[in-house]
Amino acid sequence: MDNNNVILIKPRTKLFDINLKEVFEYRDLIYLFVKRNYSTRYKQTILGPAWLVINPLFTVVLYSFLFGVVANLQTDGVPQVLFYLVGNAIWSLFANSLNSTSVTFAENAGVFGKVYFPRLVAPISTIITCILDSCIQIAMIAIALLFNYLYYGISYPTHYIWLFPIVMLQTTLMGMGIGLMVSSLTTKYRDLKVLIGFGVQLWMYATPVVYSLSQVPEQFLGVYMYNPMAPVLLIWRYAWLGAGSLPFAYWGYSWLFTLLMLVLGVVLFNKTEKNFMDTL
Amino acid sequence: MSEVAIRIDGLKKQYRLGTISAGTLRGDIQSWWARKRGKEDPNSIIGEKQRIVGEKLWALNGVTFEVKKGEAVGIIGMNGAGKSTLLKILSRVTSPTEGEVEIHGRVSSMLEVGTGFHPELTGRENIYLNGAILGMSRKEVDSKMADIIEFSECGDFIDTPVKRYSSGMYVKLAFSVAAHLDADIMIMDEVLAVGDMKFQQKCLGKMGDSAEKDGKTVLYVSHNMNTIRQLCTRCIVLNQGQVIFDGDTEKAIEMYVGAFDVSENTVTLDDMERREEFKGNKVTMSKLEMLDGKNGHYTVGDKMELILTTYSEHDIDKYFTRAIIKHVNGDGVTMMKTAGDHSYKVGDNKRKMNIDISMLAPGSYTLSFVQFEVNDYGTDGYLDGLHNVYTFVVEPSMDFNAKMEWKSKYWGYVVGKDIVEEDVM
Repeated sequence: MDNNNVILIKPRTKLFDINLKEVFEYRDLIYLFVKRNYSTRYKQTILGPAWLVINPLFTVVLYSFLFGVVANLQTDGVPQVLFYLVGNAIWSLFANSLNSTSVTFAENAGVFGKVYFPRLVAPISTIITCILDSCIQIAMIAIALLFNYLYYGISYPTHYIWLFPIVMLQTTLMGMGIGLMVSSLTTKYRDLKVLIGFGVQLWMYATPVVYSLSQVPEQFLGVYMYNPMAPVLLIWRYAWLGAGSLPFAYWGYSWLFTLLMLVLGVVLFNKTEKNFMDTL
Repeated sequence: MSEVAIRIDGLKKQYRLGTISAGTLRGDIQSWWARKRGKEDPNSIIGEKQRIVGEKLWALNGVTFEVKKGEAVGIIGMNGAGKSTLLKILSRVTSPTEGEVEIHGRVSSMLEVGTGFHPELTGRENIYLNGAILGMSRKEVDSKMADIIEFSECGDFIDTPVKRYSSGMYVKLAFSVAAHLDADIMIMDEVLAVGDMKFQQKCLGKMGDSAEKDGKTVLYVSHNMNTIRQLCTRCIVLNQGQVIFDGDTEKAIEMYVGAFDVSENTVTLDDMERREEFKGNKVTMSKLEMLDGKNGHYTVGDKMELILTTYSEHDIDKYFTRAIIKHVNGDGVTMMKTAGDHSYKVGDNKRKMNIDISMLAPGSYTLSFVQFEVNDYGTDGYLDGLHNVYTFVVEPSMDFNAKMEWKSKYWGYVVGKDIVEEDVM
């Protein structure tokens, strides 16, 4: 008897009972889930995938008008459109990662109740979808930067630009960690769903997305920077536009927060997953 | 072929009855605070259900057996015997409370066919997706694509979104994917209750082949004794979470059918588990009382007299009650409905009913109730429904069938009237 082929089913009590190798074995399923997300999302829509461009474009135009023209907020001397385009890209990646993983159990209840596969496959494929979505926005940033370079001869990106995939990864992981925790808790406490809806919205205003850090009064900065998304935004923006600052110490803290959320999220998710079907 | 495929050892699964949690954080804190002060939990449900709050139910209570490679084993038992729980644990949808299971080989479990099918995707795309959910790689699906499409009889529509499929086609496609999974062990829960007769036969044949020729192990749960008979070489009877018989299929079926106790004269209905389609109902059948004093033992020709109490939240102008009679082996026998000339008022509604079961042949039957309303256009909507709420026995009368045994296997479950014959000159 081939020992690799033996499945043992036991009462699960261990906290870290996470089989990443098995998740890898189901990579085809991850691929197909991502493919499904894309091929079903724009069925019966007029503009189809064009929404991926229209959505951030409208957001940026609105921000430029609202926060730039009406409220006249500082953008560190960077053209408003660029400023908001860059900020919105990373924030929407975070918000999407969090929101879409926070409904993992609710959305997959039917499948989870009938078939076994490593449950982490579901949030991982939603996360990949989010990352692919934001690649479109990265492309838009690149086009805008190229235009500025060719037309005005200004080159914004700093040599910290190579940090951008790392920042994206961190943002996704943080969103996923929190999302997994929320998703596990909402199986028991439905009212958390309401909180998360406007919570993410409020969080955005506590993060320098639509304004620059220089707008924040000095006496609040000590508290302000403990928002783990604040250093992420600052580093991201500096890397692309060379504006603002590089708060590396706070970024380290932000990474710690991210890893903590991720571990907590995965553990809680795993704990919920094993008996989720019994509490439904 | 005597290698072990599945070894189950002292498997137990506990469910807590009643409310597990109030569902909101505030509610949970409230309950916790109340318990702390030794007061009554403000969130517990008052009334009859209170007796089971916090009580524990062992859905499986020490199940131990082994299945050898290439065996087709049927699992039978009454509702609540633990069959589904067992399959859920074997499929790793839920985990056991105690005990251990060892599975040698790849498992394909079909607690439902078509899990994960997306209506917007085409048949072909769904085959890939469903295959992957069941644990197949894309390469494997590729190599079996032609077979799957052929088996499903959906070849002409394979590139059409499945939302345009008829329900029959949908099921056929879904089953085909599952049936072609290259698993060593197949776990199935009454999935064949759907689809047309011809396709059912084809599926059973395919599964039988898998067990006999390819040495696959099949574990099959059903209420239909005929499919069990056709497919399984060995049968396990579960009762109240324990194995009460393990062996020859015919003997197991005999034991299962014989094990049906007749129901009590009064059956409480409101806390019974409803099927999905009857959940969130507008009315709740709460109590069934038999008035005929037969204690569940009828003689051929008898009629049934009962009171059905239904709690309604709204006034309902016109409702129908449908009584369905099934043989305990799962075959439907007949259906009778009320004339629809009564209405429900808010609150408890008691209805006395006479149900004519005089045509039933000797045997054990179950009674099911479905309540529904019909609008002017002939569309019906369920109000409530409960399956197999009352089990009863029909015994032959003194000179029934000229004192011969009634052979349901050949003659069915309905006794026709005697043939009128005359001498003709």
